Amino acid sequence: MSRLLIQNGRVIDPANNLDQVTNIYISDGKIFAVGDACEGFQADQTIEATGHYVIPGIVDICARLREPGLEYKADIASETVAATSAGITTLCIPPDTDPVIDEPAVVELIHRKVKNAGHANVVALGALTLGLKGEYLSEMAALKTAGCVGLSNARSPVHNTLVISRAFEYAATHNMTVFIEANDPWLSNKGCAHEGPVSTRLGLPPIPYSAETASIAHYLELITDTNVRAHFCRLSCARSVEMINQAKTMGLNVTADVSAHQLHLTEMDISSFNSQCHVIPPLRNQRDRDALRTGISHNILSAICSDHQPHEIDAKQAPFPATEPGISALETLLPLTLRLVNDGQMNLTTAISKLTKEPAEILGINRGTLSQNAAADICIINPATEWTLDANSLISQGRNTPFHGWNFTGKVSQTLIDGKVIYSAN
Amino acid sequence: MTHVAKPDQLLEKLATDLNNLLEQRGIDNPLMVGIHTGGAWLAEKLHALLNIKQPLATLDISFYRDDFSRIGMNPQVKASRLPPQVENIHIILVDDVLQTGRTIRAAMNELFDYGRPASITLACLIERSGRELPIQADAVGQILELNDHEEIKLTGPEPLAWEIKRLDKAP
Amino acid sequence: MVNKATRKTDNMIGKDLWNIQLDNNGNLKHLLTIEGLSTEMLTSILDTAETFAGVNESVKKVPLLRGKTIVNLFFEASTRTRTTFELAAKRLSADVLNINISTSATSKGESLLDTLRNLEAMQCDMFIVRHESSGTAHFIANHVAPHISVLNAGDGRHAHPTQALLDMFTIRRNKGADFGKLRVAIVGDLLHSRVARSQIHALNILNTGEIRVVAPKTLLPKDIEQMGVSVYHDIQSGIKDADVVIMLRLQKERMQGALLPSEQEYFQLYGLTEERLKAAKPDAIVMHPGPINRGVEIDSTVADGPQSVILNQVTYGIAVRMAVMSMTLGSHSTSDDKQRKSS
Repeated sequence: MSRLLIQNGRVIDPANNLDQVTNIYISDGKIFAVGDACEGFQADQTIEATGHYVIPGIVDICARLREPGLEYKADIASETVAATSAGITTLCIPPDTDPVIDEPAVVELIHRKVKNAGHANVVALGALTLGLKGEYLSEMAALKTAGCVGLSNARSPVHNTLVISRAFEYAATHNMTVFIEANDPWLSNKGCAHEGPVSTRLGLPPIPYSAETASIAHYLELITDTNVRAHFCRLSCARSVEMINQAKTMGLNVTADVSAHQLHLTEMDISSFNSQCHVIPPLRNQRDRDALRTGISHNILSAICSDHQPHEIDAKQAPFPATEPGISALETLLPLTLRLVNDGQMNLTTAISKLTKEPAEILGINRGTLSQNAAADICIINPATEWTLDANSLISQGRNTPFHGWNFTGKVSQTLIDGKVIYSAN
Repeated sequence: MTHVAKPDQLLEKLATDLNNLLEQRGIDNPLMVGIHTGGAWLAEKLHALLNIKQPLATLDISFYRDDFSRIGMNPQVKASRLPPQVENIHIILVDDVLQTGRTIRAAMNELFDYGRPASITLACLIERSGRELPIQADAVGQILELNDHEEIKLTGPEPLAWEIKRLDKAP
Repeated sequence: MVNKATRKTDNMIGKDLWNIQLDNNGNLKHLLTIEGLSTEMLTSILDTAETFAGVNESVKKVPLLRGKTIVNLFFEASTRTRTTFELAAKRLSADVLNINISTSATSKGESLLDTLRNLEAMQCDMFIVRHESSGTAHFIANHVAPHISVLNAGDGRHAHPTQALLDMFTIRRNKGADFGKLRVAIVGDLLHSRVARSQIHALNILNTGEIRVVAPKTLLPKDIEQMGVSVYHDIQSGIKDADVVIMLRLQKERMQGALLPSEQEYFQLYGLTEERLKAAKPDAIVMHPGPINRGVEIDSTVADGPQSVILNQVTYGIAVRMAVMSMTLGSHSTSDDKQRKSS
């Protein structure tokens, strides 16, 4: 079987507290050993990684690939190729596809498409309620057997609190994590911008803090009650970080993530009605952005995700409130995270941990690590490459990014999945 | 370039000529209308010199110009001050320099929007070369031959003086 | 905020909200919002409007925009505003095309951009746009052919610049050009009001002494103080010693969003009556962008009373719109041509 050696790279593996220049030995698609020497290992192929970072493949906890249902925006094949070019080896998709991921057949369809595409791994969240309608429980056990790594109602509200409570209890019965996009639909009320000076000045329908925070408070009580393992997705407010911190301090089994763009942009970025910055939850103010950054560096937040939402051009070509929210973000996840490191906002190990080890743990998958026998999903980065993002050169089918023209340092040179080189920059 | 007499000297000549002309034509109690900005300064003085009873009127032709699409809105546009109607009134239209004739064309169009005057007499301090329309003055201070790239402009209101400059390129 | 130092500007993100209104020579090309315009620009618009007010009183019609085609592109029903724009255009001798598109029709297929491309193909010179979504006028200005001017006739809750200008014109006519000594109170539904937002910008640019907003908290957008106003929840103290009282229209739908309990209670607390108006300066003027809800935000005796200038606002609206149309359509000439004169 094929044996691969990656030598002389700076190997950073937060799962094993490793950060040193050394070699990685791969056999049969799995990590065979990490160290300076491995007696008797005969490599069929050697990758020279001097001056490069060698990290576990990135695990993106939330990416919408638009398939099934919205293939005119993007599809599994196009987006998994984009993912591997950006060092992402595993993607987790929310259940709000069309059809909704609320039965095993849909999961199987997706797995088949992913296998045919032959690029990044894809895991799916199952619907918490049937059709995401918030009325009946989905067949959670069957979804788990089909491969769902967790449950979520995505952005769809569950108005009946009793249904939430029972769904949580049932999920807990099957030892499944629930993924919560905290949003009170009454308070967010067709809004499209953070309630603050910018939305007031531009007259954009506002979304107050409380749309997120009141919802988190509501869910925290139900989590306490049902003892379900819960993950809060895409926080946007400073107060949310505080609430998650308190909940964790009190011993609650909760984790949370933030999207990379929330760590860089603020409400100021929509002040010219820039629809590329129309995202949900909305960009808030600088204090919130700083609190989210602190949340990452102080380990209150566990993961940085892309919240990838590719769109066709027309989706962003309308008056701001009429545009569709979201960013084509796979290819900026690592660059934006490295930028925080380069700007001194967090250390490299923490940053890598938030992209690999911790999201993999939340999803309960044996990836995001370079431990012996783990799948050999690896990302090799040239940290010195300086480059400028050009929206028109994105590999994703969605070209909707507010980061067009941004300068970045550090770029993926190779991506391996199960020990095979899937992407190579040159 | 020929010599240009001082505006005040020319004004006296213009006043005399105009007076004779009005007598000859049998016009009494005319309405004097000065075109912004130079024409209005001159009209004020002529109005006094000729002892005209009707209050002085002024006209801003900015809204009637034929070159709006090329040069846009005049930033110093002033309101026209005319009596509510000019029906059957003899008008003396006063401007500083008659060159292409386009200003006078615009001014007459504007006057006709106020009504049908009995007659219009055009008085100009200088009539220079460069006519583009079949328009001529009835009373003139001085006739002047200038090249296309020379420009003469009245500055004022106190004192009135001529500013003559050469344009960098011929218009 | 984004790190400007390392960000390259490009035409997708680098355009400032208000700067797209001006051409390279600093002339007004579009009028989308009051925000960001200079004091000199506002004053110049008002001065030009002053001369057009004269035209309206005398000849009624001038040939300035003969041969130009102006399109009233209204995605939101409005007879009054559309009519004043139409009248202004006609008094400038422009050809006017009225197009009313219900937003439901556009959502059924043809996108806003498709609609624009079609109209552009008809050789139009100006779009006057009203739309229920904030930012529509900017969106259109960013996408039209370079020879077309865009005037915002109201976009969502964002801006209604010509209304604010005619209000400034009305204030100037009644109170003089020195806004520094004026105290202006804006009363009512500021949350939904594009008129109020534009008025606040205009009043600030003209260096108004004090700008007050008066409303219950449910009708005030968050952080409105940051726009340079002081906030009052009580009308009596809010209009005390005011020189100008601007009443805003209360939409009947507001009861439905639980913003207010009833029209009756609103009138009791915020309605402008003769008695209440005594708190303002004795020579205070009362304004309203119209249409008025008598007995909801304003009492008939005040609306029709000696301090009301509401009908003057309508008259001045035509002159102000004539000024804006001629200034924007006149900005398309090249600077080369500007040197050319005819005498």
